[in-house]
Amino acid sequence: MQWESVIGLEVHLQLATESKIFSGSATTFGAEPNTQASAVDLAMPGMLPVLNEKAVRYAVLFGLGIGAEIGKRSVFDRKNYFYPDSPKGYQISQFLDPIVGRGDFKIQLEDGSTRNIGITRAHLEEDAGKSLHEDFHGQTGIDLNRAGTPLLEIVTEPDFRTAEEAVTYLKELHSLVTYLGISDGNMAEGSMRCDVNISLRPVGSDTLGTRAEIKNVNSFRFVEKAIRYEFNRQADILDDGGTVAQETRLYDAERDETRAMRSKEVANDYRYFPEPDLLPVVIDDAYIEALRGQLPELPRQKRERFASEYDLSPYDAGVLSATRAMADFYENVASACNNPKMAANWVQVELLGRLNREDVEISASPVSPQALSGLIKRILDNSISGKIAKQVFEAMWQGEGSADEIIAARGLKQVSDSGQLESMVDEIIATNTAQVEQYLAADEVRRKKLLGFFVGQIMKLSKGQANPQMVNKLLTEKLV
Amino acid sequence: MAIEQDEIEKIAELARIRIASQQIGEVTQRITEILGMVDQLQAVDTTNIEPMANPLDATQRLRVDEVSEGNQREAFQAIAPAVENGLYLVPKVIE
Amino acid sequence: MHTKTVAQLAQGLQQKEFSSVELTQCFLERIDALDPFYNSFISVNPSAALAAAATADEQLTRNNAGPLTGIPIAHKDIFCTSGMRTSCGSRMLDNFVPPYDATVIRNFGTAGAVILGKTNMDEFAMGSSNENSYYGPVNNPWDTSLVPGGSSGGSAAAVAAMLAPAATGTDTGGSIRQPGAFCGITGLKPTYGRVSRLGMVAFASSLDQAGPLARSAEDCAILLGAMAGYDKLDSTSSELPCPNYRATLGDSLEGLRIGLPREFFGDGLDPATGVAIDAALKELEALGASLVEVSLPHSKLTIPTYYIIAPAEASTNLSRFDGVRYGHRCVEPKDLHDLYTRTREEGFGDEVKRRILVGTYALSAGYYDAYYKKAQQVRRLIRQDYLDCFEQVDIIAGPTTPGPAFALGEKSNDPLAMYLEDVYTLAVNLAGLPGMSIPVGFVQDKPVGLQLIGQHFGEARLLNVAHRYQQTTDWHLAHPAMPKGE
Repeated sequence: MQWESVIGLEVHLQLATESKIFSGSATTFGAEPNTQASAVDLAMPGMLPVLNEKAVRYAVLFGLGIGAEIGKRSVFDRKNYFYPDSPKGYQISQFLDPIVGRGDFKIQLEDGSTRNIGITRAHLEEDAGKSLHEDFHGQTGIDLNRAGTPLLEIVTEPDFRTAEEAVTYLKELHSLVTYLGISDGNMAEGSMRCDVNISLRPVGSDTLGTRAEIKNVNSFRFVEKAIRYEFNRQADILDDGGTVAQETRLYDAERDETRAMRSKEVANDYRYFPEPDLLPVVIDDAYIEALRGQLPELPRQKRERFASEYDLSPYDAGVLSATRAMADFYENVASACNNPKMAANWVQVELLGRLNREDVEISASPVSPQALSGLIKRILDNSISGKIAKQVFEAMWQGEGSADEIIAARGLKQVSDSGQLESMVDEIIATNTAQVEQYLAADEVRRKKLLGFFVGQIMKLSKGQANPQMVNKLLTEKLV
Repeated sequence: MAIEQDEIEKIAELARIRIASQQIGEVTQRITEILGMVDQLQAVDTTNIEPMANPLDATQRLRVDEVSEGNQREAFQAIAPAVENGLYLVPKVIE
Repeated sequence: MHTKTVAQLAQGLQQKEFSSVELTQCFLERIDALDPFYNSFISVNPSAALAAAATADEQLTRNNAGPLTGIPIAHKDIFCTSGMRTSCGSRMLDNFVPPYDATVIRNFGTAGAVILGKTNMDEFAMGSSNENSYYGPVNNPWDTSLVPGGSSGGSAAAVAAMLAPAATGTDTGGSIRQPGAFCGITGLKPTYGRVSRLGMVAFASSLDQAGPLARSAEDCAILLGAMAGYDKLDSTSSELPCPNYRATLGDSLEGLRIGLPREFFGDGLDPATGVAIDAALKELEALGASLVEVSLPHSKLTIPTYYIIAPAEASTNLSRFDGVRYGHRCVEPKDLHDLYTRTREEGFGDEVKRRILVGTYALSAGYYDAYYKKAQQVRRLIRQDYLDCFEQVDIIAGPTTPGPAFALGEKSNDPLAMYLEDVYTLAVNLAGLPGMSIPVGFVQDKPVGLQLIGQHFGEARLLNVAHRYQQTTDWHLAHPAMPKGE
């Protein structure tokens, strides 16, 4: 049987607030265990939640960013379950009346085609603490620093058919939320975690199969691998005539497999009901309009503008607009050197290549937009060749100064002086008599090939600094 | 409404309360009486009545996003049943 | 000293007739000598109380004192007190010493009051007789074979027995007014949101409200003035400013319209209690008020509504007691499930478990609409009854309880009979209104309480009516006899 996967995603996005959603504790990542857990976070008797305005603001910004309905009266509910990382015995979440309602998210696949993904809803809730399973005499240690960190849970319709679509969505979502500045999007620190709902159905069918939920998949790559693994697992079961169990599974990155969770989810009944310690959150139009006015240019708009304004391919425009920092960097380079195409090429190939290799964020790039545009300008005015420019870039990366300083210090300026070049050409013709004879005896096609030999010799002699166009011209003039 | 003993057991499990087997009968009896009493509500017509969660129908105030709580781990963990290296200890959690 | 009201004691302190240390010492000695008869206190910390009294005396010396400076006050053991055990009447919190104060405690601290001790209560405030305490039942000072009422039974008994000049309580369904009535003292449950719930161990979040128990309406006004006010750390706390509750105590009752709900004077009311209530209403009429018969048609639904909402909220409020971060933890749990289920089996008493189970059931899948949602809808109808009445009248009056205090053990094995005790008080919590109980006489030597119900944030008017009544009557000044054996 040919199977097709039907995938929906739930993303838990940590919002970049200073303090927690319901308490005044810090949200800094990596603090000593339980040093950022206040009486509220620890669910001490009598403690009460008070809602953080910035969490509300960020949720609304997200809703506006995807053009969703904003819940003008949203309600917090208690989701009841016992687990040691959930100190109150319930999580404060939103069930019936979320702060962000139905919206749409358009993604663009690598082949340039687009797909529309339905956003079912996005709601505010609090994060749980962490269970540490290292050995404490066979016990588990609980750190509640993360408990109460604000989360926006973004739920999609089951609109994905492939792992690629799911990953593209996640990347573009990541791009959107960092543009909006509502999350640091730091995957390694768990700022964006994903639950994957996946079921299979025969290609062409429109009924849904039984789904499995894969919890807490924490990188784009793992999402892709988990979906592929789960697709094969479910297809094998269905091909053998079996049925897929509706269950929660965990993705084990080390073994590259998913497996059923043994705990939680044993006939869960969350007993949702309105949280009586909090009141309905009412958002008025003025608040919404003020936030709408603060919306920055968003990734999709920027991508489209880059493609049309700078004449970039859709792919290049996508890469260069992937993050706000990247887009700003690129636009600074492009406007300073006044050549968007060349700027795109240098940012994408040399700079990004280098940043990725060294695992450096673009915001921490040792080569600034001004420095990079200074280098491009020297290529454009023929002071250096593209090849030499790569050497200069390397030196700039190492902190040796601006392009001009490096070119001067290392004497890399391209030789365009015709007298100097002429004597080099003469020297090479004089010392390679055999090749000169071959050249003179050859037809047009072979001559072109042989000319490359002479150019190479001259470049070697000039340590790469000879202006290649002028050398070509001089050689064809002299070799007659 | 009559409630079966196994339903009480399910509810007790949800509430994480162990009920000794010799008590389950009595607990079931008591709960049945209480539920019988509250069942009076079923006769009330509440069509189009908005549920009331707060007696003042007030709305939520918002707090400015600022850190106001410092580290009080020592004070909090001084009253904890089991801690080590700053962590609360529980029997091994199996995922 | 121990027979004086808070207002009189404050005067005595300010005029240096006695010091706060002397006053506090007097009550500590009384507790030591007499509380074995009542069991009204769970914890007393004499050295801390005397130290606080000494500090208050310094303030008094500097003439830098407010109306509560140096006054010892007993607090229901539901309010968290920094460094002092806060048990909530439960084994679950028998070892719980909070590192923080409830806002109410902090407010009394700011006002210069002294913490005399922590009073006995029904476990997690669930009960109407104070028989559900891990620390044993409280005996009614008027007759130690009777219950003091609950859940603030310890506070009411302590004030009635003159072991404290005044006390705090909490009222989720009558837990200040009913023990106030049974013990012959004055108690006030303020409007929901008037007093901060922060640091008060939660029973039912949308119903809980703290208030004072004292010898007089004037004392209640003084205490409320210190307790009440906006707390930004309680989202349900009201930002409405508090009036000066003492300033209007003496206002005339001329023209006051008092509504008498016919549902409160029907079959369930003990006839002798009814007679005492009628006499009190006549007295109010004599003070210039007019009596108007009104109706609260949904009254008979208050018990079922309350006994869904309160247990539902309680069932999840009490989930935090899991043996992980504080409080009771079972010995050598064999796994996580065992830790939870055994800790909670051991830590909670029968009534608490029953209510958790009922509440869990009411919220569980398939029953939510039929129970919880339905109850929230009926709750709106109940509140509307009151709002409609207040179109016609200024306050509502009736009995606080269907009859006087009953015998210890009489109803402890019959939860439903116990729940009926709250028939007149529950609606006030469901509607979020302020309510008071004031002593208005005796039935066979047992005190009777008159309930006064005000409009939202109408505490000042209630206190005014109660005060004017107490100006012309002396029921509130009656003291129980010394316990036998002293």
